Amino acid sequence: MYTQALNAQALDAEPDRADPGVAKVEDAVRLQRFQERIDAEERIEPNDWMPELYRRTLVRQISQHAHSEIIGMQPEGNWITRAPSLRRKAALLAKVQDECGHGLYLYAAAETLGVAREELVDQLLSGKAKYSSIFNYPTLTWADIGAIGWLVDGAAIMNQIPLCRCSYGPYARAMIRVCKEESFHQRQGYEIMLTLARGTDEQKEMAQDALNRWWWPCLMMFGPPDTVSQHSDSSMRWKIKRFSNDELRQKFIDATVPQAHYLGLTVPDPALTFDAASGHWRHGPIDWDEFKQVVAGNGPCNAERMARRRQTEEDGAWVREAARAYAEKNRAKAA
Amino acid sequence: MPEANIPLWEVFIRSRNGLSHKHAGSLHAPDATLALQAARDLYTRRGEGVSIWVVPSNAITASDPAEKGMMFEPTASKVYRHPTFYEIPDEVGHM
Repeated sequence: MYTQALNAQALDAEPDRADPGVAKVEDAVRLQRFQERIDAEERIEPNDWMPELYRRTLVRQISQHAHSEIIGMQPEGNWITRAPSLRRKAALLAKVQDECGHGLYLYAAAETLGVAREELVDQLLSGKAKYSSIFNYPTLTWADIGAIGWLVDGAAIMNQIPLCRCSYGPYARAMIRVCKEESFHQRQGYEIMLTLARGTDEQKEMAQDALNRWWWPCLMMFGPPDTVSQHSDSSMRWKIKRFSNDELRQKFIDATVPQAHYLGLTVPDPALTFDAASGHWRHGPIDWDEFKQVVAGNGPCNAERMARRRQTEEDGAWVREAARAYAEKNRAKAA
Repeated sequence: MPEANIPLWEVFIRSRNGLSHKHAGSLHAPDATLALQAARDLYTRRGEGVSIWVVPSNAITASDPAEKGMMFEPTASKVYRHPTFYEIPDEVGHM
C-alpha cells in the first residue's frame, strides 16, 4: 500500500483550479479516461487520478468495513473466558485476533486515500461513522459463537469474495488476505454448530435457538433491497461492487439452507421454499423496520458496543503516550 | 489536547529463503522495535514469513503515476534491447 505522506504531496501538486470552466472540461476528460480504465479491468492505485465521489465512496465503505471488524471483536470476545474447552478457547482467541487484524488491514487501505486512521477512529467514536448492524445483537449462549462463525462470517465471505476484484487496488489486496482467513472462521463456527446439533436435546435446542435469532439479522447484513439501495449505481459502474445486495443475499441463502438441513435444524422462515425451476431458495419478507431501527442506533447492543469501544480508547491512551515518549527519548539520545 | 498521530510504516516480508522481500502492507507504530513486533502480529499469523523489514513510510520516494509515460516510455521504444530483435538462421540452432 502506498503511503499517506505520498498522497499529501500529490494533493499539493494539484494544478491551479482558478478557472472553474477550464477545470470542468478537464474533469470531464479525466472522468472519461478513468471510466475507460475501469471498463478495461485496470486497477486504480492510490496516487492515480480519481473522481472525488469515487474517493469518498471508498473512504466511507472501507472505513465502515474496518469499524465493523473492530466492533465485531466484542460479541465474540464475550465468550473467550467461558469457552467450553481449551481447543475452542484457542480457536476463538485466534479468530478474535484475526478480526482485529482485518480491521487494521482495512484502516491501512483507507489511509491510502488520504485520510488518517485517527480521523476515522474519531468518526466511529463520535457516532458519525457506522458499522455493520449485525454486531448490535447480543451473544447470549455458547451456540451464538457457532452461529456467528457459520452465518455472520459466511455472509461476510459472500460479500468479500467479489471485493477481491474491486477496482481499487489496496482494498482488493486487503480483501484477498481477509478472505483467506475468514474460511477458518466459518468452518470453526459450523463445527461448533455440528457438535451441538449432534449433542443432547438441550444442546440441539441451543443450536436451534441461535439459528432462530441470527438468521434474519444475517440476511439484513447485505443491506436494503435493490429497489431502495442508494449507493449501488455509481459503485457498480466503478466496479467497487460487482453484485447487488439482493444478488448476494440470494447466494448466501442458497449456500446456507442446505447446511442448516445437514445440521438437522429448521430455518426460521415459514415462507422459505425451493424453486426448482430457478434452483433458488425463496425467502419470506424481511423486517426492514428492525434493520432501520438497529442502524439508527436503537438495536439491543448499540449503546453497549460504543461505550465499550470508547472506554477501550480511553484506557489505552496512557500506553500510546508512554510508547511515544519512549520513542521520543531514544530519538533524542541518538541525535 | 488531541493525541499526535502515530507514524506509518511499510512492511516487507520474505516468505521463504530464496525469495525477495515483498510489500505486505502498512501499520502504525511509535518506533522501529514496536513496528517490527506489530508487523509480526499483523502480517505473519500463519507462517507467512521468515524475515521482516519495516520502513518509515515517509522515507520512501515514489515515482509519480501521472508521469509514467515520460518515465517509462524510453524502455518501450528500444526493441533492440530484446533478444527477439536479432535474426539468427534456424541452422545455427538454439541461441
